[in-house]
This record gives sequence, structure tokens and C-alpha cells, in this order.
Amino acid sequence: MSTAMLAIEPSPPVPLLELRGISKEFPGVKALDDVSFAVFPGEVHMLLGENGAGKSSLMKVLCGAYRADAGEFYHRGDKVAIDSTADARKLGIAVIFQEFSLVPHLDIAQNIFLGREPKGRIPGTIDRRKVLANARRVLGTIGFDIDPSTAVDKLGVAQQQMVEIAKAISQKARILVMDEPTAALSDRETELLFALIARLKADGVSIVYISHRMAEVFALGDRITVLRDGRRIDGVRPAEVTPDQLVRMMVGRNVDMTYPRNFADKPGELLLEVKGLTASTGISDINIEVRRGEIVGLCGLVGSGRSEVARAIFGADAVTSGEIIFDGKAISGEPDLAARRGIALIPESRKSEGLALLRSVSDNLVVSALRKLFPSGLFDQRSAQRTSEGLIRQLRIATPSARQTVGLLSGGNQQKVVIGKWLAAGSKLFIFDEPTRGIDIGAKSEIFALIDRLVAEGAAALMISSEQIEICHVCDRAYVMREGRIAGHLTRSELTEENIVRLGMHHA
Amino acid sequence: MTDITKDAIAPPRSFLSQDALQVFYRLLAALLICAVLAVLSDSFLSLGNILNVLRQASLTFFIASGLTLVVLTAGLDLSVGANVALSACIAGTVIHKTGSPALGILVGLACGGIVGLLNGVMVTALRIPSFIATYGMLWVLNGLTYWYMAGETLHGFPAGFRQIGSGYLFGLPIPVYLLLVFLGIGTAFAQRTVWGQEIYAIGANPVAARLSGIPVARRLLLVYVVSGTMAGLASIIFLSRLNSAEADIGESLTLPAIAAVLIGGTSLFGGVGTVFGTFIGALILTLVLNGMNLLSVSANWQPLVTGIIVILAVWLDMKTRRRAQ
Repeated sequence: MSTAMLAIEPSPPVPLLELRGISKEFPGVKALDDVSFAVFPGEVHMLLGENGAGKSSLMKVLCGAYRADAGEFYHRGDKVAIDSTADARKLGIAVIFQEFSLVPHLDIAQNIFLGREPKGRIPGTIDRRKVLANARRVLGTIGFDIDPSTAVDKLGVAQQQMVEIAKAISQKARILVMDEPTAALSDRETELLFALIARLKADGVSIVYISHRMAEVFALGDRITVLRDGRRIDGVRPAEVTPDQLVRMMVGRNVDMTYPRNFADKPGELLLEVKGLTASTGISDINIEVRRGEIVGLCGLVGSGRSEVARAIFGADAVTSGEIIFDGKAISGEPDLAARRGIALIPESRKSEGLALLRSVSDNLVVSALRKLFPSGLFDQRSAQRTSEGLIRQLRIATPSARQTVGLLSGGNQQKVVIGKWLAAGSKLFIFDEPTRGIDIGAKSEIFALIDRLVAEGAAALMISSEQIEICHVCDRAYVMREGRIAGHLTRSELTEENIVRLGMHHA
Repeated sequence: MTDITKDAIAPPRSFLSQDALQVFYRLLAALLICAVLAVLSDSFLSLGNILNVLRQASLTFFIASGLTLVVLTAGLDLSVGANVALSACIAGTVIHKTGSPALGILVGLACGGIVGLLNGVMVTALRIPSFIATYGMLWVLNGLTYWYMAGETLHGFPAGFRQIGSGYLFGLPIPVYLLLVFLGIGTAFAQRTVWGQEIYAIGANPVAARLSGIPVARRLLLVYVVSGTMAGLASIIFLSRLNSAEADIGESLTLPAIAAVLIGGTSLFGGVGTVFGTFIGALILTLVLNGMNLLSVSANWQPLVTGIIVILAVWLDMKTRRRAQ
């Protein structure tokens, strides 16, 4: 019946894979909200969106790592279920993550056929010759000319990526999902990858391609889907849009959010001056200034080097060259030195880097101020508790007592404890790395009010946030990073979401 | 709003802190063992026997107290026993050669401390896991001691020096006084100094401790030096008690010391435990061995019983802690 109909009406081809009304919710966040998405045979489908727009969640739903709360999947028009990664694999879906999943000390052939090795004649053995022959054949189909017995840890990033693709092809993948595949590639390697993508396309393989680079979107894409806040905003063809239009689709406006901020008339004296800072963690030639009374934003995409700048200033990562001048004096060394001089870091991951979860609220609140509170070196539990109780009142930390285990507090209150320990230490510069991640809206505005009060009293803040709207509302100005460098600086009047996204993304 | 509901679910903190509670349970266990032994054996409650138990527990405690600090940072020092042997042999030689017990004591303590320093350097500067660094050190020290002693035994020390290990003061063995002094110092160091607090913080979360401005490497160095120095102290008491030194005296010391730390409630994962707990751990260990001797149970059973107690103590700790969270 259906074939007959198709014969009569030659129009729309059946999508290889179609997602309808996919929703996925995590506590407090709607990661995907009624997203529909179709992939046709032999097309490159670009997936675009800001940090947190839902690209990763969609990718994980596609490969079965997440189970959708609602929605349907269709494979060549037939309804299917993707409840596990095995389901996805059976449908021919393979994902090339940014972090490769290869085993470093095994060779290429072993990696391609890991867990699926052809059996040898003796039970329990592997037919090594057949493994190599099969590997050679797969590598041939993607045009990768290399000896399959080369160990994977001897390969560069681009070559490892080719092995990942070969592995996917050997599993008969018909849909390849690639997460920013060119992020770590040189121009030459990028060209080779694009050639391979063209070749795969010609074989009818579909590619779902996540990218932050405008040039790629237009060079490669047959179709573009834009996500924002977990929703599908639009699906367009590259010929129909301009890069500016795409940026506007990605940004959007959430109007009902306001944060308290009393901007100072004029900034205070220079507190932090970073000159030509370069570190082995991938940041280079960073120049930043922060004055007293300012909240300075540090924006850019995840992975652009924002946290690395914060860590380098704090002494958590070694600096290879450049200068950090704090309060008029050069500073270099371990975090204990930076902390003693008055720099505070409120790290991105508060549970693993900010708190000792099993210790008490009081223990955590005084940990950075021990030297200051007890200059004789003798610790007094009661006095520590009094200091903590003062901070608990001042920051309105909701806890039954200072002796409560900090891990039992809510995210917002835990964050207040992390900030509180630097208040106790009397820090002058507060570096916030994603201070509002995983915190509900009420606690968010409390934390911003607190930062505002701090800088009004003469401290300064450097704030990293992926929530551009927060940066726009609370920052005096902002630096935008791209690929480990400062891509631009935005003054208060230039500080808009569009400008941040524009500077943070690659253009042609 | 969410904060209030979440905190309402959290269990209320009892009057005693978790640490105090754990020590309390252990004291109870030690008393229970005493009661059982008092019923089963007539000679258990004699003054001589009780003093003997305390003196024996003190030797384990000296080694285990320094080790407790290492374990609080989520590390381990497997070289303590070998360190005792080397320090004792070197200190003994110095006393023989110079006739000065004071110099011998100083050299013994210094030797222990230097070994600790080397352990600390391996753990902090070379970033070798403490378990492996100190395990390697164990072999190195054994090798050095055997080479140095070449099968000889040092024997016979001045009477004044021998008082340290076997003398009495006001009816109590001198090691028991030393035990009380170091129990006080160790507890005060851990609970009442900034360094002690920093050590707990490092053990609870080393990454957060570093990012909170604690000089983690320097504190770790300190902890290994203290552990080594306490082994040096134990070597002096050993030497004076036995009135002799041989290369192999350290071999039966490390594992009981670790047992005392674990029975005492210090977590191998770091951040939890007390020096006082370790004292009780050493006491329980010694009481059980003493009781088995009094009841004429074959010494062959002792390791088995020790093992069961360690496993039981750690298991109960984990259970109560999980309930608390």
C-alpha cells in the first residue's frame, strides 16, 4: 500500500531517522522540550545552539545514553524505541564524542573491533590476521592510509578521530553524530575531515554535526536546526539565512529576569592586571584588568579557556609565561599564596572542588581563614563556630546549625558556604566560575545581591558564566574568549547577548 | 523554600559529634572486653597485668599515633616498622660508640624524621602514591639495616638509658607516662592547631583544600616527618626496653600499628578519625592479645582474631556513618 503510494507521489523522501516531540527533564531543568528533528539519508544536519541549549542532551537521547521522558522515534518511517545505547547501535547510530573512547595502548585494529573480534580456531582466541585484514578494509573505505597495527597512543588527535569514524563505519553506522569534530584539528586536518564527510555522504551516511563555527555551518550543512533553552527554534537551509540571523535565533530573550546591581559611577583603582598570560592548559596571551568596585565578565563557549584563566590567576595551574600583578605586586605560585594575598576562587564544581562535603558547615566556612582567625596557630573550635554563625546569619545560609554536615545543604546554600569561606578570609578579588550553576532562581538573585554588595564595599569580581543574560545584567564590562585567547572586550553599553555570541563564535 | 524542606528532612545532629560518638563506642568496647576478661581470668585485674597491657599498648600507640595523621590525609605509611628497626640500630650504635644516651636518642629521632621527610618528598614532589612510596621505602630501609648490621646484635646499654623502656616512676612504667604525654600532644595537635585542622581538610577533599588556599604539599610533608619521628621515638623505647637491637625487630610492628589506626576509627579514605581513637584501638588490640595469653589460647590464633576485629570495626564504622548521612 505504502509503496504504491510512494510510486504515485514521488515527493518527500522518508527520513532515515525522525524524532517527534522529544522531552527530557532533569530536576529543576527542562533539558529538551518537545523537540522534533529529522535526519535524511546522505545529508549533513547541523545542530546549533548556545551552551545549555540542549544539543548535548539531544545527542545523548539519540545515542540512547539518556531515555527521553516523552516523544517518539521513527526509523525509515517505522516506529522504534531507543531505550539503550544498544538500541541506538542497532539502528546504525554512532556518536563521535569530543573525548574519544579509544583504548590508548591497544592498536588501531584492536580498537576498531574491540569486543567484536573474529574468533580464532581455538575457542577463546582471536583471529589476529583476520582482525588486521578487516581493519585494513574498513580504513580503506574511509581513505585512511595507515598500518592498523599502530598503537593508538602514537596517533595525533585527527588520526584518532579517523579511527573512531572507522570504528563506527565497521559497526555499519548509517548516522554519525559528531560533536564539534574540528575543535582540536588544524586547518589541513579539517580539510581532510571535510573530504571524508563528503565521501560518507556519497555512500548515503547521514551526519548530525554539532558546531560553533559559522564557516563550517555554511560550508558543510545541508540543513540547520537551531536549539535554544531546550526547544527547537527553527529548521532552515543554509541558503535561506545569514550568519546574523542564525545568531539571533540562538540568542533569544528571556525578559522576566532581573538581577540587582548598583553600578558605580566610576571604577576604583586597579586591583588585578594580567599581562600576556600563557599556560600549558591551552590559554595564551591573556590580558585582563579588573578594578575595585567592578564586576568583570569572562565569557565564551564552554572549552574556550575561561576556567583555565581563572585557575592560572589563582595559581592552581602552572603559568608558562606572562605576568599577574595583584594589588600593585607581582604574584606567582601556588593557590595558598594567591589566597593569602587576597584572591578568592569560587570554582565551577562546588561539590568536588569547593567543599569538603562530609565536614561541617563551620569547618568549611573557616578553612580559608584559619591563619587569619588564629594567627598563633592554635585553633579554637568555639571561636571558629562563632565566626561561622556570624557568616551563616550574614549570608542567610539555611542550616539547622554550624555543625550540620555541609553535604546535606541545598545547592544554593552550599554555594553560599563556598563564598562565605572567602568572606571570612577577607579576600579582595573574587573569581566566580559559574556561580549560579544548579541553583534555583531565588538563590541566584541572592548570590548576585551578595556579589553586588561585595564590590560596593571595595572588592572586585571576575565572573565566568555561560548564562550570557546574567553577564549582561550584572557586569560592568566583559571579556569574551575564543579558543584560549581573548577575542574581544565589551563595554557596558556594548554588552549584549548578540555581541557575546558573535565574538565567541568562529566566523568565515 | 526548597532549602527549608531539604533541611527539614536532614537528621538532627545528636548531642555528641560523630567523632565523639565513635570514640565513645570504642571505649565501651574496650570496657566490655575488660569485663569479659575479668570474669574469665583471675589474673587479668592484677595491677601487674594491667600495667603490662598499658606498656605494650604504648609501643603500638607511638607508631600508630604518627601513622594516624598520615591516614587522616588519606595516605599510608608502610615504612614505620622498618624505620623503627633502622633508627634503633643506628641509635644503638651511637650509644655504644659515644657512651652518650642523649646523643643516641637525638640521632634515633633524627633518623626516623629524615626517613619520614624522604617519604614526604616522594609523595609531594614526585607525586608517588603514598602506599607505593612507603612500601618501596620499607624495602630500602630493610636493605640498609641488614647491610649495616651484617647479622650482628647490639646488646647492653647503660642502666640510665634502660630506665626509659623498663623503669618505673611512682609505681607506673615510664612508657605509660610517655603514652599519656604523647596522647595529649597528638590530640592537641590534631584538634587544637591550625595545622591539625588543615590536615583534616586535606584528607576530606585534597582538591578543595588546595583551592581553599591550604599549602597541601607542606602539610603532607609535615605529616610524614611526624610519622617518621614517632617511629624514631618508638625505636628508642624499643631499644631501651629490649636492651638490644637486631635488624629484624621492625617486621612485626607495621601491621599492628595500621590495625590500631583502623580499629580506632580513622578512615583510610581520609578526613575522619582521632588520635584518641587510635589509642583505644591500640588498647583493644593489646587487650585481646593479653586475654588470649591469659586464657592460654595458642598464639597462632592471634593474627586471625586481629583480622576479624579490624574488619568488624571498619564495617561498623561505615554502617553508622552511612546512617548519619
